[in-house]
Amino acid sequence: MYLRPTTLDQAVDALEHHRAQVLAGGTDFYPALGERLPSTPVVDITAVAELKGISVHETFFRIGGLTTWSELLAAQLPPCFDALKSAAREIGGVQIQNRGTVAGNLCNASPAADSVPPLLALDAEVELVSIGGRRGVLLADFIVGSRKTLRRADELLTAVIVPRVVENARSVFLKLGARRYLVISIAMVAIVLAVDEQRRIRDIRIAVGSCSARAQRLRELEQFLTGRPAQARLDALVMPEHVKSLSPIDDVRATAAYRSDAALILVRRALQMCAS
Amino acid sequence: MATIEQLTDVQATIGFSVNGSVASITASPLARLSRTLREELGLTGTKVGCDAGDCGACTVLLDGEPVCACLMATAQAQGCEVTTVEGLAQRGPLYEKLQKSFLIHGAAQCGACTPGMLVAATALLERNQQPTETEVMDALGGVLCRCTGYRKIIAAVLEVNDRVWGQNTPEVGHAVGDRLVRLDGQPKVNGTEIYGADEAPAGALAVRAIRCPFHRARFQFGDLEAYIAQHAGVAAILTAKDVPGENRYGVISKFADQPVFAVEEARFRGEAVAAVVGKGEAVEKLDLQNFPVSWKELPPLTSIDNALAPGAPLVHLDRKENVLVRGRVVRDDVEKALAEAAVTAEAEYETGFVEHACIEPEAGFARRVGDMVEVQACTQSPYMDRSDIAQILGIQPEAVRIIPTAVGGGFGTKLDLSVQPFVALAAWRLGQPVRMVYSRTESMISTTKRHPARMRLKAGANRDGKIVALDFHADFNTGAYSSWGPTVAARVPVHASGPYYVPHYRALTRAIHTHLVPAGAFRGFGVPQTAIAQEQLYDELADRLGMDRLEFRLLNALDDNTPTVTGQVLGEGVGIRACFEALRPRWLAARQETAAFNNNATGPLRRGVGVAGMWYGCGNTSLPNPSTMRVGLKPDGRIALHQGAIDIGQGSATVVTQICADALGCPIDRFDLVSGDTSITPDCGKTSASRQTFVSGKAAFLAGKALRREILRRAGACDCAKISFQNGQLEIQDGDRQHKITLSQLPTEHHGYVLTAEATFDPPTKPLDEDGQGIPYAVFGFGAHLAEIEVDIELGTVKVLRITAAHDVGRAINPTLIEGQIEGGVAQGIGMALMEEFFPGKGENLHDYLIPSAGDIPPVESILIEDQSPIGPFGAKGIGEQAVIPTAPAILNALHDAIGVRVHKLPATPDRVRAAILQAGIAGAQRG
Ligand SMILES: Cc1cc2nc3c(=O)[nH]c(=O)nc-3n(C[C@H](O)[C@H](O)[C@H](O)COP(=O)(O)OP(=O)(O)OC[C@H]3O[C@@H](n4cnc5c(N)ncnc54)[C@H](O)[C@@H]3O)c2cc1C
Ligand code: FES
Ligand code: FES
Repeated sequence: MYLRPTTLDQAVDALEHHRAQVLAGGTDFYPALGERLPSTPVVDITAVAELKGISVHETFFRIGGLTTWSELLAAQLPPCFDALKSAAREIGGVQIQNRGTVAGNLCNASPAADSVPPLLALDAEVELVSIGGRRGVLLADFIVGSRKTLRRADELLTAVIVPRVVENARSVFLKLGARRYLVISIAMVAIVLAVDEQRRIRDIRIAVGSCSARAQRLRELEQFLTGRPAQARLDALVMPEHVKSLSPIDDVRATAAYRSDAALILVRRALQMCAS
Repeated sequence: MATIEQLTDVQATIGFSVNGSVASITASPLARLSRTLREELGLTGTKVGCDAGDCGACTVLLDGEPVCACLMATAQAQGCEVTTVEGLAQRGPLYEKLQKSFLIHGAAQCGACTPGMLVAATALLERNQQPTETEVMDALGGVLCRCTGYRKIIAAVLEVNDRVWGQNTPEVGHAVGDRLVRLDGQPKVNGTEIYGADEAPAGALAVRAIRCPFHRARFQFGDLEAYIAQHAGVAAILTAKDVPGENRYGVISKFADQPVFAVEEARFRGEAVAAVVGKGEAVEKLDLQNFPVSWKELPPLTSIDNALAPGAPLVHLDRKENVLVRGRVVRDDVEKALAEAAVTAEAEYETGFVEHACIEPEAGFARRVGDMVEVQACTQSPYMDRSDIAQILGIQPEAVRIIPTAVGGGFGTKLDLSVQPFVALAAWRLGQPVRMVYSRTESMISTTKRHPARMRLKAGANRDGKIVALDFHADFNTGAYSSWGPTVAARVPVHASGPYYVPHYRALTRAIHTHLVPAGAFRGFGVPQTAIAQEQLYDELADRLGMDRLEFRLLNALDDNTPTVTGQVLGEGVGIRACFEALRPRWLAARQETAAFNNNATGPLRRGVGVAGMWYGCGNTSLPNPSTMRVGLKPDGRIALHQGAIDIGQGSATVVTQICADALGCPIDRFDLVSGDTSITPDCGKTSASRQTFVSGKAAFLAGKALRREILRRAGACDCAKISFQNGQLEIQDGDRQHKITLSQLPTEHHGYVLTAEATFDPPTKPLDEDGQGIPYAVFGFGAHLAEIEVDIELGTVKVLRITAAHDVGRAINPTLIEGQIEGGVAQGIGMALMEEFFPGKGENLHDYLIPSAGDIPPVESILIEDQSPIGPFGAKGIGEQAVIPTAPAILNALHDAIGVRVHKLPATPDRVRAAILQAGIAGAQRG
């Protein structure tokens, strides 16, 4: 069965009444199907206008779940979103960016999902809606493991909420892959860095992806760096023990040892780019 | 809720606009849009290479924006405007310019990626008339191309507005050497080309194979009859029992060992054990997981070491120690020479499976016509297919007709059978047309790969810089079936010296069976792997001697009079020196620039420059290898060329015609090409071994000359007379005498021609003796590449900055096509050096198996050397495989030049390069 609701009410109603799979841009949905045809009902949310668009509110930004990567790239956003935009630019190729959505990337919850580190670094929250109502969950809590989230089957991810705390902070995203385009990350890093009037680090968020079952913030390193002057050679302060909390795996893309090593290098480089 | 109600049915009516007209179709709403466009609307210009977003071949415009049609539900197009390649022309005059630009630049080779490229480029150009190179790369980055190396595509987009493209037709007698646009180009740029999956008779049944999920397993079927009864639309299940002839095939009949369906035990993951035939949609819907077969997994041999271990089970009972064949070339006492050499170097290298990754997965259909069967499929070798299908069906070869479609990339893998036995057998048994299209995964798990190699070698040289000896041992993992294993084992020992004089030589090879996917032919038959080891070792020799690496090669390069390792003295046409000399200016400049860069480097980047040479024999190794061409003069004065040299994108159809045109002395636009259909065109052998320009080209040359002679004889004119081909008549100018032949008055023979000439050419070779001495090939191609790279020593990533490629092609029949081969070869060489390795059972898709994308190929400068071969047509030699061989070793030598490390297990992925750097303890690259 295939349903294509046009309002959010209809969509959550459909999810309530059928054990359905959600279809958005289809860029994870179809590859996962392979040669099989869908065996469960499908609720296609792409006609739900309420899920689209980016809006600015007094204390937060709201990115509609159906926002595609291309739409995000075209939006006027403050510098703290630069990392997220760089990630968007690196997701697949243009074809994928034109269809793939923010909610799809988060709900699919691949360890290599490129938007997760930048959004973690923005302290983003996801908004989930079901027939029973709305709830907000911190992204850091929402993704619980590789391809595992707290989303209940009757819920839609309607929006990503980004608090307006570090709007003008610099942000950088670095992705390492084995070729230039259409490549899944071996490791990636996002950093958001805000300074005070003395150019001391006021607020720093560092997130690493593809190096554990779900992307992680490096809280210890963040604490360690907070209050220090944002100056040249900040990178020299980052030590291997700062990435110890990562737990990368060996796979066809790279060895675990290499991933830790590369994560460290990427953190240093991203930090340097933010600080200079 | 109108939309919901409208679309809840299994089939729904969906309305959208396609190429300007409104389409209202009834389809499953979740059917991929690509499928609906192709199967329901007949718009087969949109290609399907992966069904997973990884190749971009299915790119269409959705309301003007490029998207992958394979990732979209048909219902999602509701109310939208869809443009496919077929509709681009309607969007404005830009498109005609873009098409012409693609043709002139040679941006379409096989053409399988071309629709996706054209659609993606159109989307860019509609928004941005003057894009930068980076913008073009960004726009094309989502479409993969396996043939061109992207550079000509990028140039075609960048230069779309630069020229008003006119028609180019060379003058009579000057077709050879002309940058003629490929003769089969037009359908490739307007989406009308027919590939394996693009055509099937109405109502054709579908067949799907049941494949073994384990490397090795015994199996037993359950109740097949019940399965058929339970599944409406399923017409039959085929197993080994249903094979009327021999359940066995193989490209080399002496070693033929591969069953259409395994019997009792499957020898590799992906081997077919049965097939389900039935109505298209019914078969498509089946979840093959539920097919009644039970598997008992057996311990598999998954490496060369496992297979060679004492007591290892035999993959084939009659092949002792799991050795399929051995190869051997020995010249003089290598051990003694090495012991006496002033310097020696030794090394061990290992390479993995490499996947051809043709953008077109294998596909085709068959139908029974009385007591004959017709198979229309993508193939590199129609006549070999014909004899194998005949043997499988137990009928005469004449009862099998092979109709080759356009081939969307081959590179060797489409020499072997794929879909053909399944469709032929099903059509033969059921009497109905039957169609099969491999999925990407099916293609990757079941078709041949490049042989993984393990090579151990030692070389020695004297103080004066002369190489004295090379001792080379290699084992090739040939997988579960023989395929081209014997060819690899035989060709490698002949080539392992490289294009150098090596007086003392021993090269011993083995092809070893394992329970993995069969390794077969892939551009170079083992020689690219060999060159990776040998060319790196020669660099080490040069370093030990304190010699410049290029000068060391020049000093040792073969010339007309030095014998090769098989004792062959090549005489004329040994262009390897000229290749190295052509690289010298760039070599010197690059070495200086690199040194300057590294001296000033404060960050993690280091640069390096590397060189590697190559030689490659054209045609089969000491085996007959004929091609036959037929050329006919039609009553209307046009020329029919029966051209069976399958064009897999490399351009043989064009090159062969250029040769024939000049041999005959006829303008090329008077030629009509007749396809390689085995019922109408003689055997041109297979498209492999870089033989089509050389062997089939020579046959075309001889046929053209023969027709010319016949015309002149009829006119009683002398050899030097000029023939003018006119509508319905010929005018022959012989000095001041003029003859006219009115063609319509002449009788026609059974092909419908007034005059016909046929010629066969088989290159002269001599068998190799026990020590591999003899004349393996009549002609060799030579070449050398120079790679400039940049290494990030902290991340281990390697970026290729520039490739300079010098090739001795004898005579450049069509320089554009040759550059296309070189650039495409370079791209595959980069893939082999840096990213490509296939792991059976892991990552069997183009998401995990990475081939270079549009952003990974640097500028390639091709330098064509024309040291004419005395045998080839107009002096021409092959280039197809030659082009891929030196790239990887040149890159790996550049890596060593940059940072002093060698990666012994390839590809040199970032993690391996970084590990080598850490091991070597390179300054500035320490951990932490
Ligand atoms: C060739 C290719 C390259 C890619 N490259 C990258 C890359 O470089 N980096 C990267 O991070 N990803 C990449 N992806 C993955 C993919 O494109 C992204 O994850 C994309 O953002 C998914 O969005 P979608 O709308 O297409 O999701 P869909 O495929 O429609 O859905 C994905 C999953 O999320 C669920 N879902 C979607 N929307 C909602 C919602 N609103 N509420 C609840 N559940 C929902 C679906 O049920 C499904 O399980 C690539 C994919 C392809 C095919
Ligand atoms: S077929 Fe759609 S991307 Fe490959
Ligand atoms: S021409 Fe691009 S894949 Fe063949």
